[in-house]
Amino acid sequence: MDYFLELFLGGLTRGSIYALIALGYTMVYGIIELINFAHGEIYMIGAFTALIVSSVLAFAGMSGPSVLFLAASVAIIYSAAYGFTVEKIAYKPLRQAPRLSPLISAIGMSIFLQNYVMLAQTSDFLPFPSLLPELPFLEKYGLRIGSSELIILLTTAVSMVLLMLLIKLTKMGKAMRATAQDRNMAMLVGVDVNRTISYTFIIGSVLAAIGGVLIASHIGRINFYIGFIAGIKAFTAAVLGGIGSIPGAVLGAFILGWTESFATGYVSSDYEDVFAFVLLVLILIVRPSGLLGRSTVQKV
Amino acid sequence: MKIRLSGRVFLSWFIIAGLAGLFASPAAAADTIKLGVAGSHSGDLASYGLPTKRAAELVAKEFNAKGGVLGKKVEILSEDDVCKPELATNTATKLVSRGAHVVLGHICSGATKTALGIYKDAGIVTMSSSATNPELTQSGKYPNFFRTIASDDAQAKLDADFAMDVLKVKKIAILHDKGDYGKGLAEFARGFIEASKKAQVVVFEGITPGAVDYSAVVNKIKQSGAEAVIYGGYHPEASSIVIQMRKKKMGTLFISDDGVKDDTFIKVAGKAAEGVYASGPKDTTKNPLAIAAIAANKSTYNTDPGAFFLNGYAAAQALLNAIQKAKSTKYEDIAKALRTYPVDTPLGKIKFDKRGDAIGVGFSMYQVRNGVYVEVPAAAPATAKKKK
Repeated sequence: MDYFLELFLGGLTRGSIYALIALGYTMVYGIIELINFAHGEIYMIGAFTALIVSSVLAFAGMSGPSVLFLAASVAIIYSAAYGFTVEKIAYKPLRQAPRLSPLISAIGMSIFLQNYVMLAQTSDFLPFPSLLPELPFLEKYGLRIGSSELIILLTTAVSMVLLMLLIKLTKMGKAMRATAQDRNMAMLVGVDVNRTISYTFIIGSVLAAIGGVLIASHIGRINFYIGFIAGIKAFTAAVLGGIGSIPGAVLGAFILGWTESFATGYVSSDYEDVFAFVLLVLILIVRPSGLLGRSTVQKV
Repeated sequence: MKIRLSGRVFLSWFIIAGLAGLFASPAAAADTIKLGVAGSHSGDLASYGLPTKRAAELVAKEFNAKGGVLGKKVEILSEDDVCKPELATNTATKLVSRGAHVVLGHICSGATKTALGIYKDAGIVTMSSSATNPELTQSGKYPNFFRTIASDDAQAKLDADFAMDVLKVKKIAILHDKGDYGKGLAEFARGFIEASKKAQVVVFEGITPGAVDYSAVVNKIKQSGAEAVIYGGYHPEASSIVIQMRKKKMGTLFISDDGVKDDTFIKVAGKAAEGVYASGPKDTTKNPLAIAAIAANKSTYNTDPGAFFLNGYAAAQALLNAIQKAKSTKYEDIAKALRTYPVDTPLGKIKFDKRGDAIGVGFSMYQVRNGVYVEVPAAAPATAKKKK
């Protein structure tokens, strides 16, 4: 039972990370029907920024939670700026183009950002300091859950609640929902669509940056390529849950996290990815638009 | 006039013939020790073969300067097999018919394997500087074969023996990164452990390189009760696994390969790296013979040593030394001498075991202590302390 619980918690942590990244994919898809392949790179840039800032602060003699707070803030701002700029440069000019064009542009952006970070920084793996504080009260719960895991879970939960509130209650959230439903109609009733799309990219990038800082502290190492695999997995989670649907992305991410964790724990880690993708195929056969996806009627 | 001319012609013919006879006579008299050198000397794998050829020439020069072997000059017979098994039989036949006493070669494992039968039938000792296929020595089919390079499974053997004999662990988890190198090592290690019956392999799994975390597999190791992990792969995944194990306060020993014996591993894993074992190639940079051999190569050929240069140098030395010690060029005598007398080479003092592998060549065990890899005794159970 203990073993089951450990695997369950491990899967939950993994799922939270996937969820933070998957939300960016699903929000962008929901609003402009574009798969933003550069999203994984935004996550990677967030982690790199946090590393640079925390190194500088550590050099200046700072330590403790203030470093985490400052590093995460700068990472969030920086990633948001990248997300915003990528949209303006690579997607906005192609908004009226056939759907394949922005897709290729997204892949190009992803490759560009990876190589840019590789050339500007390094191709080596870099150690990432453990920015997350150790929580001593966890000691008595055995070692079932570490402090970094708990912090990841809590941060993810808080981020999601805030995101839900933002979408349900604010004016910008309303504009986003309107744009997602019908962009032209939203424009006609006075929604600033360009601004709304920019905001979507910024919010997605902020979540990715949070994910980047958390997972990099948890794992303890980064390089320019970490965004690729995390991005692919998060994209899978988004498709699993129904791309375009926000609760779907979260659900899909947790299911993916648990599948991988249990497959490794009870079968073999050789089959970790096999199980994850078999599950994806099975779900898509039964529900082609994902678990919580709306089956979109082709608009005429 | 006419007569005088023909007389001159006759004279000059006479002189030329005489000179030719003079030059030809030592070779014709078969009074040299013929060292065959076979390998890829052209083609896209020439960079593997040429350093060994250069090493052989340097060693021959060195021996000749000291008066040769058994009082005879050493002569190099060089043949090219382009690393192709189908050409290697030709190469071998040529060397046999030209009367090679011993052969240094071949370079690639595949070519070596096809050529070995021919040398075996001809009774010629063959020594490779670079063929690492375990079969070549372990199958027992080629008693005439020796090598100065560790076989592919040598590292796995060292890791497995170290875990079982030095660290004395009974339950071992083996992980690999699903790559050729890592998985190969892991499979050899499992084979050695299962064959020895001194320990049990409780987990054998491949992990996905670059995954976001390895907590599930770390939990599995914890659950299995493994006392040590043998990991086949490279340092990025190894550092993640070690960090996660130490975060869970697991004291499980971690043993890995030369993919992990890299300073980046220590830099990335930080404190978690302390106490980690990794095998890696023996350090030859401080060996004076190696330094001299590399310097001689530089002054004679003005190039860098290249792949397997020191192995080739050691092999040529071992072969010629064995002839000298055996005082004969007969197959049985040379083979016996190779297994009996140690010889000082750039790779250290070596002799050969029953199967033909060089003893003292290959890998050492290192451990991270205070942020640096230090060599630890790989076979002395008394000195290596078990870390709890």
